[in-house]
Amino acid sequence: MITFTVNGNAVTVDASGARRLLDVLREDLGMTGTKEGCGEGECGACSVLIDSAVVNACLVAVGQVEGAEVLTVEGLERDGELAPLQRAFIDHGAAQCGICTPGMLLAAHALLARTPNPTAHDVRIAIAGNLCRCTGYTKIIEAILACRIRAT
Amino acid sequence: MAVPLSSPSGPESVGRSVPRRDGRAKVTGCARYTDDLVIPGAWYGRTVRSTVPRGRLARLTQDPAFDWSQVVVVTAEDIPGDNVVQLIRDDQPVLVERDIRHREEPIALLAAADRETLEAAVAHVSIEYERHPPVLDLADATGEHARLSIDKGDVDAALAAADIVVERTFRVGHQEQLYIEPQGAIAVPRDDGGVTIHGSLQCPYYVHRAVVRALALSEAQVVVIPAEVGGAFGGKEEYPSLVAIHAALLAIKAQRPVRLIYDRHEDIAATTKRHPGIIRHRTGVRRDGTLLAQDIEFTLDGGAYCTLSPVVLSRGAIHAAGPYACPNVRITGRALATNTPPNGAFRGFGAPQSQFASELMVEHVAEALGLSSVDLRRKWMLQVGDTTATGQRLTESVGTGLVLDAALANTPPGTDPTSPSLRHGRGMALVYHGSGFTGSGENDLSSRVALECTSEGTFRVLTAQTEIGQGTNTILAQIAADELGVSWEDVTVVVPDTSVVPNSGPTVASRTVMIVGGLVAQAAAELRTRLATERPPLRAEKVYRQPSWIHWDDASYRGDAYPAYAFACVVADVAVDMDTGEARITNLIAALDPGYAIHPTMAEGQVEGGVLQGIGWATLEEVKMDDGAYLNDRLATYIIPTALDAPPITTVLVDNPYSGGPFGAKGIGEIPMDCPAPAIVAAIHDATGVWLDELPATPEKILEALGA
Repeated sequence: MITFTVNGNAVTVDASGARRLLDVLREDLGMTGTKEGCGEGECGACSVLIDSAVVNACLVAVGQVEGAEVLTVEGLERDGELAPLQRAFIDHGAAQCGICTPGMLLAAHALLARTPNPTAHDVRIAIAGNLCRCTGYTKIIEAILACRIRAT
Repeated sequence: MAVPLSSPSGPESVGRSVPRRDGRAKVTGCARYTDDLVIPGAWYGRTVRSTVPRGRLARLTQDPAFDWSQVVVVTAEDIPGDNVVQLIRDDQPVLVERDIRHREEPIALLAAADRETLEAAVAHVSIEYERHPPVLDLADATGEHARLSIDKGDVDAALAAADIVVERTFRVGHQEQLYIEPQGAIAVPRDDGGVTIHGSLQCPYYVHRAVVRALALSEAQVVVIPAEVGGAFGGKEEYPSLVAIHAALLAIKAQRPVRLIYDRHEDIAATTKRHPGIIRHRTGVRRDGTLLAQDIEFTLDGGAYCTLSPVVLSRGAIHAAGPYACPNVRITGRALATNTPPNGAFRGFGAPQSQFASELMVEHVAEALGLSSVDLRRKWMLQVGDTTATGQRLTESVGTGLVLDAALANTPPGTDPTSPSLRHGRGMALVYHGSGFTGSGENDLSSRVALECTSEGTFRVLTAQTEIGQGTNTILAQIAADELGVSWEDVTVVVPDTSVVPNSGPTVASRTVMIVGGLVAQAAAELRTRLATERPPLRAEKVYRQPSWIHWDDASYRGDAYPAYAFACVVADVAVDMDTGEARITNLIAALDPGYAIHPTMAEGQVEGGVLQGIGWATLEEVKMDDGAYLNDRLATYIIPTALDAPPITTVLVDNPYSGGPFGAKGIGEIPMDCPAPAIVAAIHDATGVWLDELPATPEKILEALGA
C-alpha cells in the first residue's frame, strides 16, 4: 500500500512500488489528464509536480511518492474556476492539439510559483523539457507571460 | 421556437479570435485521446515486425513451451478480406504473407488480457527469414511508384538562347511528423459482427474504407470515431488505416475489444516519414535577370510501398518552379521504390522539398548575375494574369507582392556581430501552396456536408473534418454561424463518427477551410433562406463541385491545378558559430496571404507551428539509417526543436480575398512548412559565404562546407 496526496486529496493505492507513477495516475486513479508521449523522459507530456518540483511521471516509480504531494492538471481548477494559466492558454491560443498542454501548464505553474515575474527567456528555459509540435511555442510563451502580474 | 434570423444574437464571429471549442477540455485534462478511453474488458495488442529490409518469410514459430491459450495470434491467413491496405495502389499488405520489403513490416499480431502476458508471448514468437539483397539508396533505385512530366514552352531552345544557365542539385532527408501523441486505435466488436474503431486519425473515411475491405465487412458494419487527436501533420492520414485494421483483426478474432497503442519507439521506427529527395535544377536567364527557362528533375524516395507517393510527387512537382512566371518549364518527377519503410504524408506534401530547391535557385541565379535576390523575386514573381508551370492563368488573389512587402516592412535592422566567432546573416524565401486536392481530385472526391437545425433551434455541422489541433471545430462553427446570422455558440460541430457524418473527404491538403468550409457556408445560406418559411427540424446537404472555370487534364498535367493558392514570405536571421558550426535561428518574420483569416489567432498558430517544423527540418531533424532501419528511432535521439531552439516568430497576415473561398479564405495549413528551410540556408550563406545544398544544415555540414 502506498499513500500520497494527489491534488490535495489523500490516496492509497494497492500497487507495486515499482510501477510508473504515470500508469498509477492514469489506470488506478482514472486521471488521464497526464499524457504519455515517449515513456523515456524526453517529451514532458507526463509532467506533474511532486512537492512543487516538475518531474516526468513516466520516470518515477510510485513507491518514490510515498507521503508526497502530487499535482496534476486535474488539480489546477479551483471550485470549477479555471486557473489564470488555464484561462490564458485558451485566450492566447496556446493549446492546439492539446496533448502537451497538461505538462506545459504544470511546468509553467512551477515556474510562476518560484519566479512570479519571469522573462521570456526564463519561460523558454522552464518549458524546454516540454515538447510541443503544434504551436512553435510562441503562444505558449505569450500565455505564460500574461500570467506574470496575476501570479504575483 | 424562434430562430433569430434578422437579428443575430451575437456579433459576427468570422475574423474574430473566439475561444476555441475544445479549449476548456484541453486545459483541464478532460479531453479524451485514444489511450484515455476506458473500454471495459479490452485486451492489449502488439505488432510483430520484420527485422530484415528485404527477403522472404521462411517460418514463424510459436514456442510450444509457452501457454498460448491466453493469447490471440493473427497472421495473414486470418484476414477475412483482401490482404491490402486500401489507398492508391494495392501493393501494401496488411500482414506479410511471404515477401518482406522493409524493416518493421508487420508480420503477426498478438493480443492478451494484460501487458505482462502480451510481452511474454511476443518473446516466444520467432521468425526465420530468407534474406535478399535490399535496395537502400535512392541512387540505386530502379523500381518506380510514379512518374510525371510537366511541360510548358520549349525549354531546350530557351536554355540554348540563355546568356547564363545555372545548374545545381539539392538533397533533402526524411522527417518524422512527431505528433506528441503516438499512433493508436481501439477496436470494439459490434453485435452485427462488425467493428467500431476509436482512434487517433485525421481521415475517418479512409480508415472506414480500409477496414471494410480488409475485414470483408459491409459499410454499415464498420464505424470509425476519431478520439481527440494529439497532433497529426499528415502522419495520421494513411498510417491509421493499418493500425485500425490490425486492431480490428485482433478484436474480431478475440471477440473482445483490443487496444493497439504504439509506444514512441515503435511509432518512429515503423511509421511513414517525409519523402527524402534529390532535386536538380537548370535555370536559364538573360543577363538582365529575365527568366527564360526552368528545367527541373524532382526525384523522391517513396520507400517500400506506394502509399501516397504519386500524389506527394504530384504536389511537389507542380510547386517545383516556385511562385514565378517562367515561359518555358520542364518538370520531370519520379517517386522511386527502395527497401526502406514507406514514406507518406507530411505537412507540405512534397512542396517543402521542391520549393527548398526552387528558392535556393533564385539565390544562385542572383549571385551569378550579381543582382539582389529580392529584386530578382520581384521581377519573376507571379502576378494576376501570369501562368504557372501547368499553364494555369491566375486571375485573382495572387499575394506574392503583398507578402514580400509585408515581410520586409516588418524585418528589424540587422544585428551587428557580437563576437569574432559569431557571424550573423539574413535570408529570404517566397513560396506558394495550392489549396485543396490537385487537379481533378476535388471533383473525384465530391465531398458532402450537412447542416441541421434542430427543433430546439440549435445548429449542427456534420462533416468528416477532424479536429487535430488546427481548430476545425471552432472555425466551421464560425463560418456556419455568420452565414446563418446566429451566434457561433449556437452552432455545434459534431464528432466525425462515420455512422453520423457524411463523407466530406480527408482532413488534409489545406482543404478544410476553403473546400469544406465553403460547403458549410453554402449549406448555411440555404438553411437561412428555408427557415424563413419552413419549421425545424431541417437539414441542408451540399456536394462539392469545382468552379466551372477549372480545367485539368490528368494525362498531360496541364491546366488549373488548384482553385487558389496561399502565398508566404519569410525572412530568417541566423547566428552561425564559426568554431562549432552551429546555426541558431535568432528571429523569423513570416508574412502570409491566407485570403482572409477566419480566426486570426489560429491562423497565426498554424504559421508559428509550421514554421518551427520547417526550422527543425532545416537544422536539427536528421534520420540516420543502417541496413534499412532508422538508427535514431527514439525521442532521445530524434531531436525536434524545444522552446530554447525556437526563435521569436512574428506572423503578419495580409488580406487578399479569394472570391471562391468562404469569406475570402484560402487554405494555410501547409504553406508555413514550405518556407523556412531555404531562407535559413540563404541566411547561413549570408553569414558565412558558403552554400549548403543539402538538409539538414547541421553543424557538421556547415563546418565541412567551411573547410574546417
